[in-house]
Amino acid sequence: MDGYRQTAVHLLIRYLGISIRGQLQYKASFIFQSVGHLLITGIEFLGIWALFDRFGALPHWSLQEVAFFYGTVNIQFAIADALGRGFDVFAGFVKTGEFDRMLLRPRSVVIQLLGYEFTMRRVGRLLQGLAIFLWAGVSLGISWNLVLVSVWLFAVAGAVALFVGLVIIQATIAFWTVESIEIMNTLTYGGVQTAQYPLSIYRKAFQRFFTFVVPLGAVTYFPLSMIIGKTGIASIWFQALAPALGFFFLISALFFWRLGVRHYASTGS
Amino acid sequence: MKSYIALILVRFRAGLQYRVAALAGVTTQIFWGFIKIMVLEAFYGVSTVVQPMSFAQVVSYTWLGQGLLALLPWNVDPDIRELIRSGSVSYELLRPLDLYSVWFVRTLAWRTSAVILRCIPLFIFAGPVLVLIGLQDIALTLPRTFEALILFVLSMTVTVAMSCCVSALNNILTMWTLSALGPSALLPVAITIFSGMIIPLPLMPDWVVPVLRALPFSGLIDTPFRIYSGNLAGKAAIYAILHQIGWTIALVYLGRVLIRGRTRRLVIQGG
Repeated sequence: MDGYRQTAVHLLIRYLGISIRGQLQYKASFIFQSVGHLLITGIEFLGIWALFDRFGALPHWSLQEVAFFYGTVNIQFAIADALGRGFDVFAGFVKTGEFDRMLLRPRSVVIQLLGYEFTMRRVGRLLQGLAIFLWAGVSLGISWNLVLVSVWLFAVAGAVALFVGLVIIQATIAFWTVESIEIMNTLTYGGVQTAQYPLSIYRKAFQRFFTFVVPLGAVTYFPLSMIIGKTGIASIWFQALAPALGFFFLISALFFWRLGVRHYASTGS
Repeated sequence: MKSYIALILVRFRAGLQYRVAALAGVTTQIFWGFIKIMVLEAFYGVSTVVQPMSFAQVVSYTWLGQGLLALLPWNVDPDIRELIRSGSVSYELLRPLDLYSVWFVRTLAWRTSAVILRCIPLFIFAGPVLVLIGLQDIALTLPRTFEALILFVLSMTVTVAMSCCVSALNNILTMWTLSALGPSALLPVAITIFSGMIIPLPLMPDWVVPVLRALPFSGLIDTPFRIYSGNLAGKAAIYAILHQIGWTIALVYLGRVLIRGRTRRLVIQGG
């Protein structure tokens, strides 16, 4: 079992390596797409800046603090989006019967799908998120220490788990519908849009939904507020450890996925 | 003329087939509408001075933007891109029809069918449904005056034409660069920020607003939506519509010049 697990990780790394090398063959295309992606995701921040310029401030939150949320969630989503590509296009595999071939291979289907087309052009979102995150971190004068760095990394990992969990649920639905129902985009892209601002500015029902149903706040708002020194919003332990909910979400999604695989009957095409 | 109308009808009916995709799109747009409005609500909550747009106006502006999003010419018609990439565009040139007009009416049918499928359920939700569930403070309301409604319809008609011109221009640029890279990769960026899609243009910094108004992109969203919400009325509204018409004519001219130059020495892809 241990040996098998090791090969699974190696296999994932191999898949990712092949995918990255493949995409770097088309250099001009890669650069154009990345720059385009950087700009189209980056203009969102221009909108945030313009609103602060017009209104001065939000209750309790400065532009730099919002920028810290914005930068982090874009980093989180860029990673998850690159990893989740296989699940994102999964409905097509069911439709064409390609999924049958995946089942035949003696390796976990989840690993095969995670390693499918690691989309590098997401580098654009990653870079603009990183730039704004760094600017926000410096201008807020955060005194990073081991605890804060760990909480931040934990939040990133938890958010990647949450977002990948969402695309896995979307893919699983395809077992029943065969068509790609892009309803989960509401929660993935919509989630990113939401988490660019601190959760507390929204209406209560909305806050509850993104805390208890889809624990987006647990992987963004609570840990990130703690890092920028807003510790009063919940117990400090909860703020630091909340990203664990992202992993619980992923595990639940994987259970649902297994249910789907068991239900799967080939389309026969 | 008959063949163009036939083309519109065929493409329009084809567009109406994608109902499930449209429903998923509507859900997403509604969700985004809520996020946008709640963010603006938070900002308006701290505002102590009079803003260039009232919160109620911003709410209507935002819902209109969500409902009519499919009209925004930010992408190339995938069918036309494929025609160019595969070389089949040469067949298009053989037809006894004017290529620019063909692309214009194709886009017209494609965009209007997409927008009709999406905007009807969305407006029903954002208007009456939100009022019924007690969220009338963030619901889409009807224009205050009959005059505003008429001017809105007029302005919206020009917007549709303008959107198709920009799409046609985008297709022509694709003929140039083949892979929809370069200028046509930057076009969606310009459209999204300059049209008022990210935030309503009047909320942009004061020094940049005149520039944004002068650009053609304001005609894609900002002009009709401000007329609808009552932020733009009377003479100013009529001038804004004339501005839209002027740019539309200029875009048609530019598109025609480019397409003439391009088809004269078109390299057909494929074999």
